[in-house]
Amino acid sequence: MDNILSVLIFFPAIAGLLGFVVDKKSARAYGITVATIEFLLSLWLWFSFDTGNAGMQFVEMIPLIPDFGVNFYLGVDGISLFIILMTTLMTLIGMVSMSIEKDVKNMIITLLFLEMTMVGVFVALDAIVFYLFWELSLVPMLYIIGAWGGPLRVYAAVKFFLYTFMGSLVMLVGMLFVAYVYHSLTGVWSFAITDWYALVLPVNYQLWLFAAFFLGFAIKVPMFPFHTWLPYAHGQAPTIGSVILAAVLLKMGTYGFVRFSLPMFPDASVMMITPIAVLAIIMIIYTAMVAYAQKDMKQVIAYSSVSHMGIIMIGIFAMNAEGIGGSVFQMLSHGIVSGALFMLVGIIYDRRHTKLMSEFGGLASVMPKYAVIFGIMLMASVGLPLTIGFVGEFLVLLGFYEISPVMTVLAGTSIIIGAVYMLSVYKKSFFGPVTKEENKTLKDLTPRETWSLIPLVAIVVWLGVYPKPVLDPINKSVNAMLVFMEEKAITAEAKDIIKVPQSATTAGEVK
Amino acid sequence: MFEPIKVSLESLNLVTLAPMLIAIAGGLVILILDLINSKLHKSLYVMLTILILIVDFGATIGLNVNERGFFDVMLIDGISIISQLLIIVASILFTPLALTSKRFHEYSYPEFFALFLFMVAGFQFMVASDNLILIFVGLETASLSLYTLIALHNRSNSYEAAVKYFTMGALAAGFFAMGSAVVYGLTGSIELYQVAQVLSARLGETGIMAAILGSSVLLMVTLAFKLSLFPFHTWAPDVYEGASAPLAGYMAIVPKIAAFVVAIRIFGMYIDLGIEWVRVMILILAIVTMTLANVMALVQEDVKRMLAYSSISHAGFIMAALALDTTEGTTSIFLYYALFMFTNLGAFAMLWISRHKVRRFDERYDHPYSKFSGLVQIMPMGAVIMALFMLSLAGVPPFSVFWGKIYVMQAAVNAGYVWLAIVMGLNSAIAAYYYLKLIVYMFLKDPVKDVDIVYYNLSKPLMVVIGLAATATIAAIFYVQPLVSYLYYMISASGY
Repeated sequence: MDNILSVLIFFPAIAGLLGFVVDKKSARAYGITVATIEFLLSLWLWFSFDTGNAGMQFVEMIPLIPDFGVNFYLGVDGISLFIILMTTLMTLIGMVSMSIEKDVKNMIITLLFLEMTMVGVFVALDAIVFYLFWELSLVPMLYIIGAWGGPLRVYAAVKFFLYTFMGSLVMLVGMLFVAYVYHSLTGVWSFAITDWYALVLPVNYQLWLFAAFFLGFAIKVPMFPFHTWLPYAHGQAPTIGSVILAAVLLKMGTYGFVRFSLPMFPDASVMMITPIAVLAIIMIIYTAMVAYAQKDMKQVIAYSSVSHMGIIMIGIFAMNAEGIGGSVFQMLSHGIVSGALFMLVGIIYDRRHTKLMSEFGGLASVMPKYAVIFGIMLMASVGLPLTIGFVGEFLVLLGFYEISPVMTVLAGTSIIIGAVYMLSVYKKSFFGPVTKEENKTLKDLTPRETWSLIPLVAIVVWLGVYPKPVLDPINKSVNAMLVFMEEKAITAEAKDIIKVPQSATTAGEVK
Repeated sequence: MFEPIKVSLESLNLVTLAPMLIAIAGGLVILILDLINSKLHKSLYVMLTILILIVDFGATIGLNVNERGFFDVMLIDGISIISQLLIIVASILFTPLALTSKRFHEYSYPEFFALFLFMVAGFQFMVASDNLILIFVGLETASLSLYTLIALHNRSNSYEAAVKYFTMGALAAGFFAMGSAVVYGLTGSIELYQVAQVLSARLGETGIMAAILGSSVLLMVTLAFKLSLFPFHTWAPDVYEGASAPLAGYMAIVPKIAAFVVAIRIFGMYIDLGIEWVRVMILILAIVTMTLANVMALVQEDVKRMLAYSSISHAGFIMAALALDTTEGTTSIFLYYALFMFTNLGAFAMLWISRHKVRRFDERYDHPYSKFSGLVQIMPMGAVIMALFMLSLAGVPPFSVFWGKIYVMQAAVNAGYVWLAIVMGLNSAIAAYYYLKLIVYMFLKDPVKDVDIVYYNLSKPLMVVIGLAATATIAAIFYVQPLVSYLYYMISASGY
């Protein structure tokens, strides 16, 4: 099946449309079935993926507006493959564990449309198609936060939408400018990213364009000064909204950096290493401290999620195979772990209708299974060896050590501060005597909740112990990208800093 | 003794007049029908009007590009053909909106439809000429009909709107006449192509700039009135509010297309002559208009007024493309309107079907936001379609207006105005807020009053129009390519 990527994009959308006909009571079963099929399709994509090939695979190209250079151009490489898998997995698991009773049918349909846009972002190789899915993903999320959220939901939803919308419009101007430059050099209109890769831009162009793309991506990540929408969105969103937001939507930003900024503007990226690393380290330390000060369990997870996004950011700007590969791996680990943590918070919220840690205490004796799974996810989040969180974090820090040992140490404090606030959450909520009367009768995980969490636990342990099957294809594509960036870079500093691994010089180059 | 004037019929090239004559003759036929039998139902007139417009469309599309006719006052170039086609298509979409399930006063008069056709003919004259007098005649024919159409909506604030529009329009007409007089005084001609020749020869003379400034300011004021550009936009929200919803939607499109064509002819000529401050003036007007209208739209409490400000802002957005004076810029003006047309008419049609004879929700407004709260629970399909139009207006891809926006922005980038593209982008972000506000009301709030009557005015023909508009909005991605290539071909063929 050569057009599996189109199928992956449009299957959930068509299913969403047909979902309008499905009866309310069967909607959840319908949604789970569709999401399962989608997940199996993405597994098929993985198995038919040629791990020896570093370039784009399953490429599809259908002209949309040829006069304007817009094509429906899709493809997948080692970098995007696993993010797609994580997207379909987290959508499926989010749907299974979903506890929403109100308007389930609307929620299922919205989630399916959201899945279309998320997969679309990660497989698009045409900037306009990328932008199209990128913007479209805001609409279902707006609805999820706004319709099922907490008391301030409308404010949070609108803030989320406008913030991202503004950033991406500036990015759009950047894209149009790249297309213009491409046109004036070659005489052809093209928005294909792979065509743009071939452009060697003067440094001042690169810097301006880097800034334009940065604004779009950084708001999504969210980088430090632009992160203010995220705590609101997480605080107000329903559990499923937070899961998808943390697991997938934030990854669009970091993925954008890897897919657009680095290969298109290698010199500007190298020049921007220090400012971005400083921002990322502020983001890591500051949000970790804010996380420690929270009383609300969900806010702790939300801020810790921002803090870990900082690790991903410095990894990307390490400009070597360990750093970037580790970042991409950390995106997966962050998606799974923070998604699971939000689900866990949602589970206790469903039972007690509060997320304040002071309301809990001694949960370990009442809900042992819950406490165990929470503990494993917490360890993974902190980055304990033999969990998924360790691999990515270790590689990122290893990679960035070549750029600046001092900053690496600073970034490494995230593990310590992370351990502090996470363990304090665990201590306050799970250990000690059961102080509140209501907590004594809490039910442990239901089978549905257990079975939606077990696969995530399995992945956390599996990829923590043996990350090779995932790490290899990622590294292959990352190496190819680095080789290509090094060739393309025009300044001496960039050529110096971009580290091409020895083994990769013989590997194929990114087309 | 004067020689008898000898003109061969062939040199008149009367076919260039055919489209307008069809519309005018159609209007007369409607009047005659009414004379013979005054009890005919409005549906007959609606269908007749549509048929006449279809014939008109056929006559226009068959015209040869770059011909002159009728003592050379008619100019059938690419932009005159495409603008006529756009005007006719918008009119065809507008007409069936008369077939509401409730009776509204104005549509029971056949004169409404006759006036409507005369107005279409007026706009067609306006775009199919580069003779300032004929442009003026077309403008006035169309405007006078439009004032009457507004007033026919039998309400006190419709009269207010009509009188306001009339007064402003008369003032604008005066400015146009004065501006044309200055041009005539400068060049001894009112044919723009001759004006261009004379001006380019005299451009070096001292003091000529003052005269050009005078004429272009006067003409700019007129067109700014018609395009509702800042600071001449103040009539627009009141007039839109007073007019019936379909007519308001119509006013946001057709008169503006016509005025844009005139603006392209006049100011495009000035910019081509190398008079740089005309460009600066247009840019300033455009940017102030889009920003200010956006800010004003944020604080509106009525959806129709919000849409009025939004269409002012869209006009400012497109005005910026005029300043570029490139083929792409000119193409983007028409492409934008072609795409904006469906979405905007659709949005106003949605207001129209929710219109009551009396104001049920608010003392002051017909369509306050609260009227639409919880619409998704009352009629999910309606809410989804309205949300679609709002997202399209906000420029969310892949809906139609997005492609217009991106083309305008690309044209700006290509012409070297990257900052302009960024201003446009930021303005779109501001605009997203007020479109989102309606979506928030429809989807995220609960209904405030009895649920049954929001779709008071719905009927099959209206559903068809809205369905068409929605389809055109969603499926834009599939027809943008042929549209762009046709428009680009026509515009480059006529040398713009």
